[in-house]
Amino acid sequence: MNIWIAIGVTAVGCYAVKLIGLLVPAGVLERPFVQRLAALVPVALLAALTAQQTFADGRVLVLDAKAAGLAAAAVALILRAPFLLVVAAAVVVTAGVRAMTG
Amino acid sequence: MAEQTALADIRSEEGGKPDAAVVRDALGVGVAVGLSGFAFGVTSAGSGLTLLQTCALSLLVFTGASQFALVGALAAGGNPLTAAAGAFFLGVRNAFYGLRLSQLLALPRAVRPFAAQWVIDETTAVALAQPTRRSVRIGFTVTGLSLYVLWNLTTLLGALGAEAIGDTDAWGLDAAGPAVFLALLAPMLKTTTERAVAGVAVLLGLGLLPVLPAGVPVLVAALAAPAALYVAGRRSVKTANDAPREDR
Repeated sequence: MNIWIAIGVTAVGCYAVKLIGLLVPAGVLERPFVQRLAALVPVALLAALTAQQTFADGRVLVLDAKAAGLAAAAVALILRAPFLLVVAAAVVVTAGVRAMTG
Repeated sequence: MAEQTALADIRSEEGGKPDAAVVRDALGVGVAVGLSGFAFGVTSAGSGLTLLQTCALSLLVFTGASQFALVGALAAGGNPLTAAAGAFFLGVRNAFYGLRLSQLLALPRAVRPFAAQWVIDETTAVALAQPTRRSVRIGFTVTGLSLYVLWNLTTLLGALGAEAIGDTDAWGLDAAGPAVFLALLAPMLKTTTERAVAGVAVLLGLGLLPVLPAGVPVLVAALAAPAALYVAGRRSVKTANDAPREDR
């Protein structure tokens, strides 16, 4: 049930912000500070989430095969690989390291 | 053409791209990103969400980073409301995309609630790259439609696949989530401020993980953004004060 609450809140919230963008007059969100903040908050969230999903197991910090997978994804990004290839590189390398280290 | 006057603010149709080229670009993005719904389906099912919950997320939330964030936080044992808050804050950027798009698309008000669900990173990127209103509309619609259909289809397949193959970790599929985040993050890291924000956010997100309840460290890490703006603001005020008065 808890999960459904989270899904409902996220769905309503995410749809609302999309619609607000299309409906509000341009001036409201055009303050430079608000725009800068809106550009930077996703940077902070994505960085924190990337780190957590790579190096955390529950509330414990870990270093496992996912780190190698993320490194592979980073290399793919530097080489300007397409989106799917970046994700595939992470998955294949993670699986490979796990298979080799047992 | 009735559209001609409305087009006054952007370049004329003459210099526009052929429709087929716009459709091809839009499909390229829609298909490539749409297929990664598979990674979401697998991740979500691997995080313990049911098939119905996983598909509901792709149908109703339809903004990848928020979906991955939500299932990641729920899998880590986060409180549903903190998990939803993190996903919501990630979705807030779509409001700014909508702001840009509403000027470019110039949709009738009655159509906007239906177009809203497609206001995401990819549709915005394709639409903003178009030279004329006609190609903006084609780009937005084709990207939105192809991505929505494929994303939901591959979410379903991914969730079914995860149930079939059992231990998704053995296949390395738990690395898909962070790889998606990294791919979304990388193009945003253009300036020193952005890199500093990312660095501080990583330290906060990992450092606070053992001491704060699940889901909360990510929200605290988001504070790196206003903090960086505050520091940058102080610096520019200081520079302005140091500069000769004549310059202002």
